[in-house]
Amino acid sequence: MTVALSGKDIASQLEEKFPGSVEETGQDSLVVKSDSLLAVAGYLKDTGSLAFDYLNYITAVDYYSYFEVVYQLTSLKHNHSVIIKSRCYGRENPAVPSVVGLWQSADFQEREIYDLMGIKFEGHPNLKRLFLWEGFQGHPLRKDYL
Amino acid sequence: MEVSSDREYIYTSSELDQQEGQLIEEVKAGARESIPDPDAWLDEEVKRSIMLSSVDALLNWARRSSLWTAICFPACCAFEFIAAEGPRFDMSRFGMEILRASPRQADLMITAGTLTWKMAPVVRRIYNQMPEPKWVIAMGACAISGGIFRSSYNVVPGYNKIIPVDVYVPGCPPRPEALIYGVQMLQKKIAKEHPIPDLPQMLQRGKKE
Amino acid sequence: MTTTEMMTLKTEPFVLNFGPVHPSTHGVYRMRATLDGEVILDIEPVVGYLHRGIEKLAEERTYSGFIPLTDRLDYISPMSNNLGYCLAVEKLAGIKVPERAEYLRVIMAELQRLANHCIAVGSFLNDTGAYYTPFMYAFREREKIVDLFDMACGQRLTYNYMRIGGVSQDIPDEFLPALKRLVEQLPRWVDEYDVLLKQNEILLARTKGVGVLPRETAINCGISGPVARGSGVNWDLRKADPYSIYDRFEFDIPQGEAGDCYDRYRVRIEEMRQSLRIIKQAMNDIPAGPVRADVPHLIRPPKGEAYAHIEAPKGELGYYLVSDNSIAPYRCHIRPTSLINLTALREMVKGWKVADLIAIFGSIDITMGEVDR
Repeated sequence: MTVALSGKDIASQLEEKFPGSVEETGQDSLVVKSDSLLAVAGYLKDTGSLAFDYLNYITAVDYYSYFEVVYQLTSLKHNHSVIIKSRCYGRENPAVPSVVGLWQSADFQEREIYDLMGIKFEGHPNLKRLFLWEGFQGHPLRKDYL
Repeated sequence: MEVSSDREYIYTSSELDQQEGQLIEEVKAGARESIPDPDAWLDEEVKRSIMLSSVDALLNWARRSSLWTAICFPACCAFEFIAAEGPRFDMSRFGMEILRASPRQADLMITAGTLTWKMAPVVRRIYNQMPEPKWVIAMGACAISGGIFRSSYNVVPGYNKIIPVDVYVPGCPPRPEALIYGVQMLQKKIAKEHPIPDLPQMLQRGKKE
Repeated sequence: MTTTEMMTLKTEPFVLNFGPVHPSTHGVYRMRATLDGEVILDIEPVVGYLHRGIEKLAEERTYSGFIPLTDRLDYISPMSNNLGYCLAVEKLAGIKVPERAEYLRVIMAELQRLANHCIAVGSFLNDTGAYYTPFMYAFREREKIVDLFDMACGQRLTYNYMRIGGVSQDIPDEFLPALKRLVEQLPRWVDEYDVLLKQNEILLARTKGVGVLPRETAINCGISGPVARGSGVNWDLRKADPYSIYDRFEFDIPQGEAGDCYDRYRVRIEEMRQSLRIIKQAMNDIPAGPVRADVPHLIRPPKGEAYAHIEAPKGELGYYLVSDNSIAPYRCHIRPTSLINLTALREMVKGWKVADLIAIFGSIDITMGEVDR
């Protein structure tokens, strides 16, 4: 059975390594500040006891005052999983660092989020629209798209 | 023999994307009205001689008994179409077993699936590449009116905004038996056509001009 | 100058479009392949020709009203899509499913796996050149399975059978005897298919060693399902993170070693045999009882979020639901198995020829409804 690690387990470890990176810890997820996201993700992937080598999915949710990008990571070796979130405030130019360098499965998923939500992923080699055509106005999955 | 290799690509990938995006926007802007169904067989006939009408019948029989389908399989209805081609609901009894990829050798397009604005210029191009005479069967609810996805931002509400449609087969997806019934209706429609141009009428028109 | 020097040809790469309308691209998938002669240097996939905006439509439908839309995602295995979504809503709302419904769900999901692998193997062989014969053989067997589904829920392709809290209706009396007959006939057919193809020279030449996906790349690219297991990744959600009642059944997980097309094909054939094993066990143990929990049609799950994933025939299919206590989901994200499985395509095809590209692409087994949603 895959153990879903709760936010508090990981949060204490992360606070030691990267102080100030954790914004909130919830029951089954934790929110990380977007500028320390890459460092935290690298730590989660490379540390032996955590070894999160498999990225389940990346998605984004539009809560009106902020966008929340959700990552779920699983470790095939230890059979545990964790959910990491990162928020970007402001609707004009939301941006989050890209994790393509760590997990290649983020490639198409980040392009999809850019296409449908408008969140830019810094460091993505080929950030262009995936589903809709070049010249489409707007980002359909936002709550203010009609 | 040496081929010089300092020639750049004619278009880069992003320029291609921009050109295609513009094409899609043009198709979307021009597709407000539905294209009316071709209903040539409703015309009142001018008097025709018996010999011409039996050649008509022969040609119509030949055309309707060997409809070759062009591939246009976006979505789920494709699997009911393939099942209709399969060993159980055998469509090759109606002469339709040929499913070649090339639209140049086809005379029937069965549109099996939802049409999106991104796909619309492609479908129109395939339709234009088919030589006359050609017919279109709109298969499934998505092809008739956009179906369950009608209110979506990327779905064309029906194929008849892009290409003229002859027969509509409802269902989501229509059973293979329903599709075969639709094909038979199309065959009845083809049987009523007048492929031979009416010689007296043509001569008259030539005299006027 | 010698003759060989005089005959030196300098070539330059060119881009060939494998268009959305193509007999072997399993739907409306488009690739721009950069070729040097026949050898592939790079491919750039262009998707979105079937993007119907299902995730946006989820925000206008009710929770139960979204189930028919999930059918149209991976339209070759709709039962699995339904099951994944219902599990996600039940996790969000804390609904317990009655026993008989659980057994029915497992039977339907495994029958769906059989039907899906029939098409996957048939169209893979179609792509490698055995034009239509194995495809028609596989379709003949699929018709038998689809007949059972027709008996249970009245539909041949988009079943809409699972409901939140169970299944929509109980199976008729003829279902279990017909299922018993199918389960006795199908292993013989799988063996016959296997014998015809396992040692076939052309199949071996075209698929052995072709399109190798190394194990580390598979994990890094997030690949799941038979593609990952063909590369030696021992990960099947039915064993690693059991959902529904899969922990009560005994079955094996077939694995490949080399990660080439042939291994993926063999993994699928073995999975068909294991599915038949599970169906036999479920058929014997199915209890009587209600088939649906007492759940209102317009449910309002409490505020929160949930992610539920299942081992769909193509890989890990997951639904991430966010609820704000209203009758429609606030956000529904579908983890697209086929889109993520496509991430590895670039690595797998570099250096192979155009004909191998089609074979490798066919062995991944994607459905555009799931890629584009």
